[in-house]
Amino acid sequence: MPFLLLVVLNLPFDVFKKRVAFWLTGELLLFQILASGSGYWFPWNICPDRWGIFFGFKLSPDNLSLIMLFTIGLTALVSLLTAAGTLQSEKQRFNFVNLLLIALAGMNTIVLVSDLFSLYLFVEVTALALFILIALDKGKAAIEGTFKYLILSAVAGVFMLTAIAFFLLTCGGVSFNALGAADGGNFFFKLALGLFLCGLLIKSGLVPFHGWLPDAYSSAPASVSVLLAGIVTKISGVYVLLRLYGQVFTVSASLQNTLLTLGGVSIVVGACAALTQDDFKRMLAFSSISQIGYIVLGLGCGTPLGFAGAVFHFFNHAIFKSLLFVNAASLEKQAGTTDMNRLGSFGAKMPLTGLTSLIGLLSTAGVPPLAGFWSKLVIVVALFNAGRFGWASCALLASVLTLAYFLSFERRVFFGKMEPPTAKITKTPGPIAFAEILLAALTLVGGLGFIFIIRSGVWS
Amino acid sequence: MNPDLAQMFAYFLVFIILVFICGLYCLLASFNLIRILIGVEILIKAATLLIILAGYICGASSLAQSIVVTLIVVEIVFMVVAGGIALWAFRHNKTIDPRELSDLKG
Amino acid sequence: MIIDLILLSALLLAVLWTVMTVRLLRSVLGLALTSVILSVLIYRLNSPWAAVFELSVCAGLIPVFFITAVSFTRPISNTGLPAARKERSIRFWYLPFIVIGVGLLLSVYLKTPGFDLPGAVNGADVRVMLWNLRRLDLLGQLLILLAGAFGVVVLFKETKE
Repeated sequence: MPFLLLVVLNLPFDVFKKRVAFWLTGELLLFQILASGSGYWFPWNICPDRWGIFFGFKLSPDNLSLIMLFTIGLTALVSLLTAAGTLQSEKQRFNFVNLLLIALAGMNTIVLVSDLFSLYLFVEVTALALFILIALDKGKAAIEGTFKYLILSAVAGVFMLTAIAFFLLTCGGVSFNALGAADGGNFFFKLALGLFLCGLLIKSGLVPFHGWLPDAYSSAPASVSVLLAGIVTKISGVYVLLRLYGQVFTVSASLQNTLLTLGGVSIVVGACAALTQDDFKRMLAFSSISQIGYIVLGLGCGTPLGFAGAVFHFFNHAIFKSLLFVNAASLEKQAGTTDMNRLGSFGAKMPLTGLTSLIGLLSTAGVPPLAGFWSKLVIVVALFNAGRFGWASCALLASVLTLAYFLSFERRVFFGKMEPPTAKITKTPGPIAFAEILLAALTLVGGLGFIFIIRSGVWS
Repeated sequence: MNPDLAQMFAYFLVFIILVFICGLYCLLASFNLIRILIGVEILIKAATLLIILAGYICGASSLAQSIVVTLIVVEIVFMVVAGGIALWAFRHNKTIDPRELSDLKG
Repeated sequence: MIIDLILLSALLLAVLWTVMTVRLLRSVLGLALTSVILSVLIYRLNSPWAAVFELSVCAGLIPVFFITAVSFTRPISNTGLPAARKERSIRFWYLPFIVIGVGLLLSVYLKTPGFDLPGAVNGADVRVMLWNLRRLDLLGQLLILLAGAFGVVVLFKETKE
């Protein structure tokens, strides 16, 4: 996070060096990925101390935060690559990069803070940067998507603020330490928990609070969709859920049941809605809702295995959903439309995109030996161990649905018959191709190498 | 907590809930984008009052004040951005009726 | 205590007026009035700094911004006013009744909560001292202002294209 400060403060110089901004950001993100990826050896203790004295706060990255930082860095890098391929004008690129940096700073701080109000504040920072990013090209659909996201995010924010007020009342403070030490029997405390949960659910896009998600995802510019789907929704909503309800608060049985129900319903509703879509970005949005339901289902187990499964699925989802959105970006760029009825037989012209999207969707559906299979397996096993057979079978069945709609997408777009207007398509632009290959490789490697990861005891 | 304080808290809470309801109603039942934003404003004000109240009762009024000050900054920027988006919506649709925002359906 | 109750009622009335009035500009004025009453209430709750902030910003800056935004959009013409008023009153007339009803319900049902208060976590009495403890929030504010600046650049500067 300190590095981001440096670059963000670098902004005034970029006024005349717009071209360099892109590369600087790319380097920064690579550094972040490397730093958090090797986080177990990296001397995290010395670096925050220096900044801590300057800024007067303490950053304390633990295992969960390091995983999140890695994921954030990766997805932001992919988004940057996509933007390199799709955004053309200098001014747009400059704005995009700056807003991306702000969002990045916000997200990094979200995973690093230990105080509830700072958490809320940086969630709002990230959300604000994203609002502007979604509306970057100011098309009619983009404005509408942004506005819906805006209003619902504001309402979610108000819920969270009210919850913070009640927490302040019952705990005397809003840091994680104070919250964890409070008694859970108080009526206002429970009310605050419930309110905060509602706010988080709106932000993460679980059913029934998912109204804004398909519109925002499908109408955003391509690189912003990658960012939005791959990270922002999940960090603002799901990471906070994982952190608070998994570690800070003691989870009661009714809360577990609520999470399980909402997660399971999200999976099914998301999958069913995705089957009926014509616009492939909207389909991907509903698929995201479905996958986030898996993560919440894993969390609702209440067991450490379930938590580990949720985190792993979080990471996998960032990879494969970003991959799918990157492919969607290249498709959109080449074909000029996102309507699946009018696309077809792209497989011959864009073999790379076809192959990588096949890998991505197989991973989403949970087909071995790709990474998605393992994370779903962990979640299902955790559900079995906890005795929740109903939800486990629901998760398994929903995998079949996932496979169904994705195969339909693949067939229609890549192997179907070609419509005449889309006859003029060329190869994928360079940066996007690189992003696709990177993500697909990660999916493969993650899947095959999962045994080694498990053995090294990362998922504590 | 002494009963005087609790009584006061109860009164404040009732009014805050009422303001919440007004704000939510304004948000949901208005046909004008700007009015939706006003509804959000009212909701944020209710939350502000609640935070200050909690700080007052708890004795941590300085914490509550710093929260509120930060919150006000967030509110300003949010309103500016939201107003900008609403203006662009007006420019696209020639109306500020939220019922017109129904392009993306399904 | 009585003063607080009067202020709270005034706040509620101001909010009701803001929601129910037909003309948009009056609604914005109602918002400003609400902010003024709110800042007085906050002052009475031992939070002078927050009260000053609220007064200067929310009762001054935001209404100015709203009025600017409203002036860009087409205002309701005078001929359309009675029809708009009628339409609004159909939708909004039962709001005061809901409000009064819920208020009565709550005041009867809501017993005074008798839970133990926790002690304040750190009894920092001066707010400036607290600002040293919460410097991360300052960083957040800076980021938000930056984001806002970019928002303005992105959204408002492209009017010629």
